[in-house]
Amino acid sequence: MASTTTAFEKARAEDRAALIGYLPAGFPSVDGSIAALRTMVEAGCDAIEIGLPYSDPVMDGPTIQAAAQQALDAGTRTRDVIDVVQAVAETGVPTLVMTYWNPVERYGVERWATDLAGAGGAGLITPDITPDHGGEWVEAADAHDLDKVFLVAPSSTDERIAMTAAASRGFVYAAAVMGVTGARDATSDLAGPLVQRVRATGDIPVAVGIGVSNGDQAAEVAGYADGVIVGSAFVRALLDHPGDEAAGLAALRALTEDLAGGVRRG
Amino acid sequence: MRYEADERGYFGETWGGRFMPEALVKALDELTVAWQDAMADADFVAEFERVLRDYAGTPSRLYHAERLSAQVGARVLLKREDLNHTGAHKIRNVMGQALLTKRMGKTRVIAETGAGQHGVASATAAAWFDLDCTVYMGAVDTRRQALNVARMQLLGAKVVPVESGSATLKDAINEALRDWVASVDHTAYLFGTAAGPHPFPSMVRDFCRGIGDEAREQCLEQYGVLPDAVAACVGGGSNAIGLFTAFLEDEGVEIHGFEPGGDGVETGRHAATIHAGEAGVLHGARTYVLQDEDGQTVESHSISAGLDYPGVGPQHSWLAASGRAHYTPITDTQAMDAMALLSRTEGIIPAIESAHAVAGALDVARRLGEEKGPDATVIINLSGRGDKDMGTAIEWFGLGDAEGEAEPVVATAPGEEA
Ligand SMILES: Cc1ncc(COP(=O)(O)O)c(C=O)c1O
Repeated sequence: MASTTTAFEKARAEDRAALIGYLPAGFPSVDGSIAALRTMVEAGCDAIEIGLPYSDPVMDGPTIQAAAQQALDAGTRTRDVIDVVQAVAETGVPTLVMTYWNPVERYGVERWATDLAGAGGAGLITPDITPDHGGEWVEAADAHDLDKVFLVAPSSTDERIAMTAAASRGFVYAAAVMGVTGARDATSDLAGPLVQRVRATGDIPVAVGIGVSNGDQAAEVAGYADGVIVGSAFVRALLDHPGDEAAGLAALRALTEDLAGGVRRG
Repeated sequence: MRYEADERGYFGETWGGRFMPEALVKALDELTVAWQDAMADADFVAEFERVLRDYAGTPSRLYHAERLSAQVGARVLLKREDLNHTGAHKIRNVMGQALLTKRMGKTRVIAETGAGQHGVASATAAAWFDLDCTVYMGAVDTRRQALNVARMQLLGAKVVPVESGSATLKDAINEALRDWVASVDHTAYLFGTAAGPHPFPSMVRDFCRGIGDEAREQCLEQYGVLPDAVAACVGGGSNAIGLFTAFLEDEGVEIHGFEPGGDGVETGRHAATIHAGEAGVLHGARTYVLQDEDGQTVESHSISAGLDYPGVGPQHSWLAASGRAHYTPITDTQAMDAMALLSRTEGIIPAIESAHAVAGALDVARRLGEEKGPDATVIINLSGRGDKDMGTAIEWFGLGDAEGEAEPVVATAPGEEA
């Protein structure tokens, strides 16, 4: 699997931002999440983030937490996440896992990197690992040629932004607001300046996440960022159609198309 | 041996650290600097000590429990943290952190609480220092600690019940962290125990270490000897590390932590994190965690809300792994028996948390009495008083029936049926 960089290169060649879609593995079921993520790929996502459902998701808002809890209640295991990665990566779209650290440590960092790479996964987004406390992951990722996506926040100092950008591979994840995940009515005025601060450190792509839920917001963010990350809104589309897979997938497809149109307008 | 954390917050190079969202790193860095500056500032330290003395009522007494001593054949000394203002050791930590909050110019505090004692202490400090205060508490805990919820509200704090997960302390911490990510520019997180990301484990320990410093000095002054053993209950581990720190270099002093064994470790319904957990990362620190094969946190169970936590402060993990301290589970039944025993023999109703320490320490005292004779000395940290736990005690013992006489509670040795 090529690095996520390829998705950004393709988008750049089309003079637009990349659209990155997130769903937790195992939500609404393991097979259901595969169908949903493949739908998102077909309808226009340039890269996929697969959430590893975790019992104590400090950065997640109620929507994603509810979905992850549903996945856990249904018995989703770490091994299932690898299977979902494999099924989605087969589409050829760069596929990353977003995960809190403890499940990886428990699985075994080396074993995790091996299995993720073996499944065709592109890399990892680590919301509770910063490069300065992630030595073990950095080593394993480098050994297995995997992307390391670290986060920056509006509160990050310039020094930390430079350190984070230097340690990242694939892209840098700019958390656009101070707060947990969740769709918001207005996009953040903190995001633009944050993207600029990352750009000032080099040419790694910067994607903005947290809060985007429609094409207009995506267009706005695409005006200044290399990528737009959407999570809660996709989860919401499925949560709104419990037990009706066809309706859920149709909603997901419509939302993806709206967002994909947005990143092309931005 | 090196007991302190290194610069990055690791004890023994493995335990602790900072596994946290980048959004909070700046605040944690600022807090680390502010705390280190403050502790190096003689005026701050003097002010902290003055507040503790004049307001919180420290030093707390080191009390010789003579009747209990006679029962076990060794000298049992109780460090009476239950006599502090607000009824627990937690006031020390909170006064330190609130003083620091003022120094940093923040106007709002948040806290998480299990037994409610940390919440009450935080609400008290907030009232005293004129700070806005929100306390997160697991919904299960708001029910079993209703009295403390009312106390916090009376003191002017907003109490937010947390329904997610196990609706106990762990989930209250998650919710407080989420609040903090969104409010960190003006809000301080008064962390309630010696766990969490660096610098909390070290900072909370430093604010609580007066427990052990006082006890060591009092023991030497009153009895001319160091104790043979010290004992405390371990939830996150603030009262325990507060006691233990003074004795770490005294190699002849046994150090015992007592963990909540719930229904019994073998039943799986317990919160004996060090005894039965595995190394992992929870709430920003690498430490022992009750977790399943996938690293999902396992819900803990204890009759004691303040000990009902599937993690533990990382310094305790290091003390256990290095062998300097011993950690043993105590079941709900053993703890409740000890609660009754202390009430009946000494007229002191302990918090159920503290009763875990009493239960375990009496076994240690019995053994030491046999080995060394009646002058063998054990210090038990009585971390808090039992008023808040009367609801649980009423249910457990079937008390409060004014018509007949309540079933007499038989004071038994830990482990036997009451
Ligand atoms: C009286 C008392 N003791 C002990 C504890 C456990 O906390 P820690 O292990 O941090 O001392 C609590 C927590 O609420 C408490 O209220």
